[in-house]
Amino acid sequence: MPTTASAPVIAATGLTKRYGDFTAVDGIDFEIAPGEAFGFLGPNGAGKSTTMRMIAATSTRTSGELSVLGFDPADHGPEIRAQLGIVPQADQLDEELRVIDNLIVYGRYFGLPLPYVRRRAEELLEFAQLTEKRKARVDGLSGGMKRRLTIARGLINAPKAMLLDEPTTGLDPQARHVLWDRLFRLKEEGTTLVLTTHYMDEAEQLCDRLVVVDKGAIVAEGSPSALIRQYSTREVLEVRFGSARNEEAARGIEGIGERIEVLPDRVLVYADDGEAAMSAVHDRGLSPVTSLVRRSSLEDVFLRLTGRSLVD
Amino acid sequence: MSALRPEELFEAPAPAVRGPLRGLYSGNTRSVVARGLHVMARTNWVVVLTGFFEPVFYLFSMGIGLGALIGGVEFYGSEVPYAAYIAPALMAVSAMNGAVYDSTMNVFFKMRHAKLYQQMLSTSLGPLDVALGEILLALFRGLLYACGFMAVTTLMGLNLSWTAVLAIPAALVIAFGFASFGMAVTSYMKTFQHLDYVFFLMAPMFMLSATFFPIEVYPQGFQAVIQALPLWHGVDMIRQLTTGLIQPSIWLHLLYFAVMIALGLWFTTARLRALFLR
Repeated sequence: MPTTASAPVIAATGLTKRYGDFTAVDGIDFEIAPGEAFGFLGPNGAGKSTTMRMIAATSTRTSGELSVLGFDPADHGPEIRAQLGIVPQADQLDEELRVIDNLIVYGRYFGLPLPYVRRRAEELLEFAQLTEKRKARVDGLSGGMKRRLTIARGLINAPKAMLLDEPTTGLDPQARHVLWDRLFRLKEEGTTLVLTTHYMDEAEQLCDRLVVVDKGAIVAEGSPSALIRQYSTREVLEVRFGSARNEEAARGIEGIGERIEVLPDRVLVYADDGEAAMSAVHDRGLSPVTSLVRRSSLEDVFLRLTGRSLVD
Repeated sequence: MSALRPEELFEAPAPAVRGPLRGLYSGNTRSVVARGLHVMARTNWVVVLTGFFEPVFYLFSMGIGLGALIGGVEFYGSEVPYAAYIAPALMAVSAMNGAVYDSTMNVFFKMRHAKLYQQMLSTSLGPLDVALGEILLALFRGLLYACGFMAVTTLMGLNLSWTAVLAIPAALVIAFGFASFGMAVTSYMKTFQHLDYVFFLMAPMFMLSATFFPIEVYPQGFQAVIQALPLWHGVDMIRQLTTGLIQPSIWLHLLYFAVMIALGLWFTTARLRALFLR
C-alpha cells in the first residue's frame, strides 16, 4: 500500500480557536482517515461547529496545526472547499431558486461545466428521493426534504469528504431514518464522513470512530462500542421514584451495581446484569414507580465523562 | 454502478489563483453573476422599473416644467437649455440609485436573511468572487437604467453632442464606484432600519450636488464640501459628455471614481472576509 492511501484526510494538532476571552476550541488533536465516518459528539456549545468551520476554511484558527486534504486552510480555502461537501447546521438553501436549480447553480460555483452539472443534478435528486419535486419551490419542502436537498447539493462536486453539522437535528424520527440510510450509502461508497451530533443514537448508527468533546476539549476517543466498554457497564437500570424521592432512594441503592448516577428525574444504576440489579433494589425494600433495563449508550459515556447529560 | 458514483464523475477543478489573492479569489465570478441574472430574469421587474421611472418623472416635472420658467443655465461658458442641463445630472443620479439600491437592500437581504453568501462561501468561491459578482450585478442594473434614460433624453433632443454616447460607460463607472462601497457599508447593517441611514445621506447628495443648479451659487466653503462627494463628480462628468463641453477636469472625475472603486473593492472584500471567514 502506498503511504498516501492511508494518509489522513484531516489532521489537527493543538487546534485552538479563541473569540476574545472565550476559548471555543481548546487545543484538540485528531486524525481522520480516508473512507472513515468520524464524529464529534458533544452538547451544544462544545465547539463542534467551530471545529467544522475551521476544517472548511470558513473560520481561521487562533493557533495549532491543521491540515485538510494536504492543504493548510489558512491560505488555501478555495482549494480545500473544492474537494469538500459542506452541510451546515441550518439548511441554507437558495430560496429564490427551484429545487433542481439549487443543485445546478451550486455546481457552477465550483466551476463545473454546465452540461455535466445538469446531468449530475438529476442523479443527485434521485439519490435524495426528490425527483418529483425537481421544479418545486424550496420554501414548500418539508424539513427532511430540505435536509436531503442540502446533502445532495453538498455532493455535486464529488467531494472527498462530507462535513455534516448536526445532520438530523430538528427532524422527526422517520425523516431521520431516511437520512441515515442515505448517509450510510455514502459511507459504503467510500466517502469520508465527518459529522457533529449531540444525538448518541446518531453517533452509534453512523460513526466508525468518534471523539467526545466538552467545553472545547476532547475528553475521550474511540469507536462507539469501545467507548461504551471502557466508560460504562454493559447494562443500565433506570429507576424513578418521583422527583422528590430520587435523592433519598439513591442512598438506599448505594452499593448495587458498579456505579450510580442521580439525575433530577431518575436514578441510573450501572451494572453488567441489569435484571440482577433490579432484584437487588427490590430486595432492599425499595419500590420504584417505574423501572427499565437497557443497554449502555454513548449518553452514559458522556454522563460519566462530564457529569452532565448531552441534551439539556 | 450506482447512481452515486457514476462512471463519469467530475471533481471540482482546483482554483488556479496564485499570489496575494489566493484564498480570497478563485476566478469564478461569472457563476455569481449567472445566479443573479437567473433570479433577475424571473422576478424583480417591478422594482427594476420603478428605479427607471423616478429620474424620468424628475426630468418631466423639473426639466420641462421649471425649464419653461428658467430658460437656460450657463455651463463652462456656454448657455445650455435647462432640461438639457439637468438631464445628465439625473442620469448620474439614476446610475447611483440603481447601484445603491442593489448593493444595499438586495445585498442586505441576501446577507442577513437568505444567507446566500454563506452558501457561496461553502464552495470553492472566495469572498472576492462573491463581492465582484454582486457588484457586477448592481452595475448591470445601472446599465439598464442608463440606457433607458439615454433613450428618453435622446428622443427629447437633450443630448447636445455626439460625446453623449460616452455617458453610458461613464454612468457605469459611477455605478461601479457606488456599488463597490455600498456592499461594504451594508455589511455593517444589522436591521432593515439601518438602511434608512443610507437614504438619509443620499437624499441631500441628490438635491445639492449641482443637480438642478450650478455649484457656484454656494459659498466657497460649501462648494468644497459638495466637490468632495462622489455624486458631484458624476454629475459634472456626464454633463460635460452630453453637452459636449468637455474640460480637462473630466480626468479628475475619472480618477476620483477609480480610487473609489479600488477602495470599495478592498473594503468589501475585507468585510466579507471578516463576516464569513472569521
